[in-house]
Amino acid sequence: MTPLQPEPGGRNPMRTRVSAGIVAVLALAVLSVPLFFPLDQQAVNLRETLLPPSWEHPFGTDGSGRDVLLRCVYGLRVSLFVGIVAAFGAALIGTAVGAAAGLLGGRTDRFVMRIVDTFSSVPHLMLGIFIIAMFRPGVWPVILSIGLTHWLSTTRIVRAEVLSLRGRPYVDAAVSGGASRIRVATRHLVPAVLPQAGLAAVLLVPHAVWHETALSFLGLGLPSHQASLGNMIQDSRGTLLAGDWWPTLFPGLFIIVPTLAIAGLAGAWRERLNPRRRSELML
Amino acid sequence: MPSTPEASGSAVQREKGPAPALELRSITAGYPGRPPVVRDVSLTVPAGESVALLGPSGCGKSTLARVAALLHRPDAGSVSLHGAPVTGWRYRAPRAQRTSIGFVFQQPRTAADPRLTLADLIAEPLRATRAVPRRDRAAADEHVRPLAASVGLTGDLLTRRPHEVSDGQLQRACLARALVLRPSLLICDEMTAMLDASTTATLVNAVESYRAETGAALLAIGHDRPLLTRWCARLVDYPALPVPASAGPRPPSLRETAHHH
Repeated sequence: MTPLQPEPGGRNPMRTRVSAGIVAVLALAVLSVPLFFPLDQQAVNLRETLLPPSWEHPFGTDGSGRDVLLRCVYGLRVSLFVGIVAAFGAALIGTAVGAAAGLLGGRTDRFVMRIVDTFSSVPHLMLGIFIIAMFRPGVWPVILSIGLTHWLSTTRIVRAEVLSLRGRPYVDAAVSGGASRIRVATRHLVPAVLPQAGLAAVLLVPHAVWHETALSFLGLGLPSHQASLGNMIQDSRGTLLAGDWWPTLFPGLFIIVPTLAIAGLAGAWRERLNPRRRSELML
Repeated sequence: MPSTPEASGSAVQREKGPAPALELRSITAGYPGRPPVVRDVSLTVPAGESVALLGPSGCGKSTLARVAALLHRPDAGSVSLHGAPVTGWRYRAPRAQRTSIGFVFQQPRTAADPRLTLADLIAEPLRATRAVPRRDRAAADEHVRPLAASVGLTGDLLTRRPHEVSDGQLQRACLARALVLRPSLLICDEMTAMLDASTTATLVNAVESYRAETGAALLAIGHDRPLLTRWCARLVDYPALPVPASAGPRPPSLRETAHHH
């Protein structure tokens, strides 16, 4: 079997390796580049506007003479920061709410799930815009806007998992051994759903990055002078029609490639978590 | 004057001896949306005695066992433990009442949290009830080691997780877990159904030596008549054919069909 051909059951080691490589390189870039190449967010160079890609500026320069490569790296840095914090915040809310609903059951569960349904019925980008409109532009309002609108799917996953686990005999055994509800939750149920919740969080990261760039593109995200992938595409929209493709294309690739790579890694993790596959391996 | 259990009991109990360890009266129990699986069943386990409940698979024995262990609230009927009526089940049962019953499940695989080592599995009731400090491994070990030895678990197995041991070894750990809080009543629901003869013998011996030491009562549930005949003082047959409440005479209660061996 050639490595490019997916294994039966959907495992694709090549995709996983490529994704891991891309994530590693970009992670190194966003962590190390600011140490060597500081970026003055406000600086412009009107003598070097819209230079096409060259050795000096591999991704060219934008309409204000700013280096596109450096701004892409800084943009990815802020996008990933927002994406990761928002996704893990959302997963944390989702896990807490889902575990509480699944554990308490009954009226509490129905009440919580109706709230989840209500939130789900509104387009979450619009809900996010409502939240962001309440604050001055900045990184934290964007994180808040994404985090507060993306906990619903994790809530459903964790609740379903807790509902299926809490009927297990080992929970009965814990009850018989004198465990309180809180002890059962913290000792037996939450540890069991953590891999699922962690996976949900990682799967949310690309989505949160897209949201951040979409909000910035709409002019609702980060302040417009700040290097952010959404801001860069928004800024260079006009020059695209004049044939200057580089200030738009490279930020676009910086959105798509890392998010697909993260999604690829999360997909590989999900396959490892898949209980059916695991049980096959154990047999 | 020697103090006896009767001395603190009521006048009625002084005449009749100590209150039964477990008394189930007219229990009807089942699961939502289905007809009840246990109908109007009564059963008594006298203090310190061993009673075996025999019946075919799927007849409701396990549900009755869960009712008796305060894990499943019956739809009707009453339960009392050592003369004290039970008013709540599961988390609503007082902790002392819940832990006065040791429960061993039929399937050790599903009754063991796959994340805990066998040592943690056995010690978990001690930690849950704060009988030992939760982070004090040495204190828990003091309780776990002798108990593990009494059910035939060697020390190296205690660091393993459930998927690394056999069903028999895991059931030994589950029995040790049921005994770790020194219950005054032990309920074994088909404890040995999955096991080979030598493990069965070890577990039965472990239960009997625990009972000899503490005077605990036993309710053993199963379908293996020769084993239960040798194990328990009294055998009770579960009503073979539960009759729907609306049709025909009501099934005889267990007490009426009980016979001594």
